[in-house]
Amino acid sequence: MHELSILEGMIQGIQEEALAAGFARVVQVRLEVGKLSGAEVEALRFAFEAVSQDTLAEGASLDILELPGTGLCQDCGAQVEIEARFDLCPACGEGFVTVTGGTELRIKDIDVEEA
Amino acid sequence: MCTTCGCGGDGATLDGHAHAHEAAPLRPGRRRVSLEQNLLAKNDALAARNRERCAAQGWFTLNLVSSPGSGKTTLLEATIRRLQGRVPVVVIEGDQQTSQDADRIKAAGAPAVQINTGKGCHLDAHMVGHALDLLAPPAGAVVMIENVGNLVCPAAFDLGEAHKVVILSVTEGEDKPLKYPDMFAAADLMLLNKVDLLPHLRFDPELCLSYARRVNPAIQILRVSAQSGEGLDAWIAWIEARRLAPQQA
Repeated sequence: MHELSILEGMIQGIQEEALAAGFARVVQVRLEVGKLSGAEVEALRFAFEAVSQDTLAEGASLDILELPGTGLCQDCGAQVEIEARFDLCPACGEGFVTVTGGTELRIKDIDVEEA
Repeated sequence: MCTTCGCGGDGATLDGHAHAHEAAPLRPGRRRVSLEQNLLAKNDALAARNRERCAAQGWFTLNLVSSPGSGKTTLLEATIRRLQGRVPVVVIEGDQQTSQDADRIKAAGAPAVQINTGKGCHLDAHMVGHALDLLAPPAGAVVMIENVGNLVCPAAFDLGEAHKVVILSVTEGEDKPLKYPDMFAAADLMLLNKVDLLPHLRFDPELCLSYARRVNPAIQILRVSAQSGEGLDAWIAWIEARRLAPQQA
């Protein structure tokens, strides 16, 4: 359940941004979540509802862009898409795959309303 | 055209699908604030600060992670005894509740600070920064951080350590590295603990180590028993070889 503390930090960041950029309400939050990030999309959704209560992001919609896991096979050199960190290369069937993408866990942007 | 959201009708390619959501028009009175920030940015910034402090003070900091019951605290006690008199050792103990582990560490002869995370399932860089304030380790000290027993969440939180060390005991399943790949991928060293019990168990160490290497081909592995002392010389040598190496801030 570290999704909860990750999103607590995010809401804190949004509150700080609200002070700096001067907006009153957040109506949408967009995240990029890689398949290999270790965060569960459903858990993020659940946690977002919980941590956004009584904040300026309460009721905002959460838009999650899921990014695929990608890697480079150490044996055959193929650039491949993988579902999990320990997947063997789907191209040659036996090589270890070094992860090159899919660990993203980012807030992209927020849509806000003035007071 | 994308069948999910109807974008891309103009022949645009599905590059990471991001374009599909860029186009959404904003209603009047609303604006978009671009943040482009890692969700762990706050923790990562504090971890970077911890790492700078460690480099400046010559502290060698290890983040010990494992499931509950792998023998972390017993291993720490044995490590403290072996380093005592040669290298100052201090310990940061993370648990949800109680100060029992810190009490054990102090009894073994090292200053310790207990962090109770309450509902939290992991230590974060902020807590560790404050623990370093309280401990004020002497220059050149080895700082051992015993994370909360949990193979999931501590993988995501950089504390500013030099290395993550994952401890797996042979009374657990061989397939733990496959079940919790993020942690084994994040660790530089794996200690296979309680190897003195192997004769009594149906645990295949080679299989376990092959799983660990599948998740992390670069992981280093040592077989130890905190109880019998087996393999501890190699563990101490591993620490000694790295603690004086220049650390990256």
